[in-house]
Amino acid sequence: MYSESSRISIWFFIGTLLLVYGVLITGAGIYELISPPKQELVLARLHAGIWWGGVLVVLGGFYSYRFFPRKVQ
Amino acid sequence: MMLPVALWLQQSNAQLLSLHWVDGLIIVIYFLLVLGIGFYLKKYANTGTDFFLAGRQMTAWIAGLSFLAANLGSLELMGWSASAYQYGILAAHWYWIGAIPAMLFLGIVMMPFYYVCKTHSVPGYLKLRFGEPSRALAAITFGVMTVLMSGVNIYSMALVMKAVLGWNIDFSIWVSSITVAVYVVLGGLLSAIFNEVLQFVLIWLGAMVVPILGLVETGGWKGMTDRIAHSFPANDHTHLWSTLGSFNDNPMGIHWTGIVLGLGFVISFGYWTTDFLVVQRVLSARDLRSARMAPVIGAAFKMAVPFIVILPGLLGLAVLPERLVGESQAVATGAHSYNEVLPLMLARYCGPGLLGLGITALMAGFMSGMAGNVSAFATVWTYDIYRPLIKKEATDAHYVSVGRWCTILGVLISIATAYLVMHFLSIMDYVQALFTFFIAPLFGTILLGMFWKRATSAGGFWGLLAGTVSSISMWVWVKLDPGALSYIALSPHAKSMAENMYRGLWSWIICVVVTVAVSFATRPKPAAELAGLVYGTYTLPDESDVPLYKRPVFWAIIVGVVFIVLNIIFW
Repeated sequence: MYSESSRISIWFFIGTLLLVYGVLITGAGIYELISPPKQELVLARLHAGIWWGGVLVVLGGFYSYRFFPRKVQ
Repeated sequence: MMLPVALWLQQSNAQLLSLHWVDGLIIVIYFLLVLGIGFYLKKYANTGTDFFLAGRQMTAWIAGLSFLAANLGSLELMGWSASAYQYGILAAHWYWIGAIPAMLFLGIVMMPFYYVCKTHSVPGYLKLRFGEPSRALAAITFGVMTVLMSGVNIYSMALVMKAVLGWNIDFSIWVSSITVAVYVVLGGLLSAIFNEVLQFVLIWLGAMVVPILGLVETGGWKGMTDRIAHSFPANDHTHLWSTLGSFNDNPMGIHWTGIVLGLGFVISFGYWTTDFLVVQRVLSARDLRSARMAPVIGAAFKMAVPFIVILPGLLGLAVLPERLVGESQAVATGAHSYNEVLPLMLARYCGPGLLGLGITALMAGFMSGMAGNVSAFATVWTYDIYRPLIKKEATDAHYVSVGRWCTILGVLISIATAYLVMHFLSIMDYVQALFTFFIAPLFGTILLGMFWKRATSAGGFWGLLAGTVSSISMWVWVKLDPGALSYIALSPHAKSMAENMYRGLWSWIICVVVTVAVSFATRPKPAAELAGLVYGTYTLPDESDVPLYKRPVFWAIIVGVVFIVLNIIFW
């Protein structure tokens, strides 16, 4: 049986996924800012994609760094 | 709940949302990651304890989050948002009184019995306490119902994807099922739990955008309730308890006794404390304190789930320009139905990227629920049916291999059920009813087993059987004569939502009465055989040297206080 400490933490996987999603969603939000779609969403002026993507980047970055496999070991 | 959603979905031809390539990429990355986690964890799932109980190494946080995620299906998100639109905040009862007291009770009171006796499953506890017949009855019923429910969920998810995104039903069924099968077969419960925690985070981050933006649009809670009161003056949609004094005063047609005793006591305690699908997650905890803490952590997050499930439905009442209608009216007039409220709210606020995240949250909800079903099925089949009834003596590796094959078998039966439901939709209603037949009496049996030394093996078995048979009989009675509901719910004004509550309550009472009567007529087990299985035969470890903030009881009290305050605020 392998010990728990030899395993990559689930939080690292989550952090990486959120980081990638954050970059994609922020990117899509910036693209929409530069080139607004013909049919605007409700509250489009808030640019939710940019700030929510930013939240994901911050969360993902924190968890990826904090639980990076070599760092934890 | 699920049947009306499915009826609408099956009849719906319009595609509600269209995805940008970024949304597609987000979904593909999600599938690749969950498969990758399965392949990575394969080397950690070699022994029976690894495969079926994740090595019993999970922290309280991971066990607690997966405990909750296994219950958060995609239909749950869609269905309860629809209910919130239809019935208002009353739907939150299924998240608060219908969950929190039971989850805290599991963590603080019942978990020591499950954990200390080192059982692999809930039927395994019944074997230790009441003997083989009770275990066999519980295991076979649970195994069959679990894969059938899993099939219903697959079909429902495929319909959601068809109605919302226009995806082919066969494609959705096979791709999602094979993905779940691969990662559970490879990594067992460990892989299921890892992915459930990941899915839990995705569900929250994908679903939170709608309530946040909705509250911004309405100007906060007060603005939302004002708009609802203005648009729907005939009904009170924003109070939890004040309309439950009479069956006639609320749109659900239910009385507070049904909510408190039926939902809050019997059904909720039955589900959260005896359904192995959720209890298995807690059994994976690395020590007793983590096992007791996990349901408390789950309860804290469960209390917040209405923010992403109920609030979008209420916001739909406040902001959607059109009025959503019931199924039959939607089909007849082409108007949007209640069940479309969540996709409509996603379409209202979410652009490319955010929409992909929201859809991924729905898929994550489905996959966590299915993985929970098949991993629990594999464990119960292997340890509670195959080992005692088919092959008693075999190596640990053999049972792990059987567990892997059972996972594949469970997925295949689920897929077959999904196709069966596709052709005979009414089966969905029956499958869900079958599942509720067993939960309430099982809670009666386990409660007496844990807290009454005098309960005998014969009492446990006959009580469980009598409770289950009586539940089925009441269900058939109402099916044949809808007027029978007035006798079961003790009111001519009761509506269908009240049936499950009162049927559960009666079947629990019958189970308890029969168990007590038969126990008094039969010989009890010697006290030595009850050690660690019954209250009073086991002393919990002394926690006087443990800091207050690490004690499960301390956090359970905090969660309990917040639960009471929330009910008072929204009274």
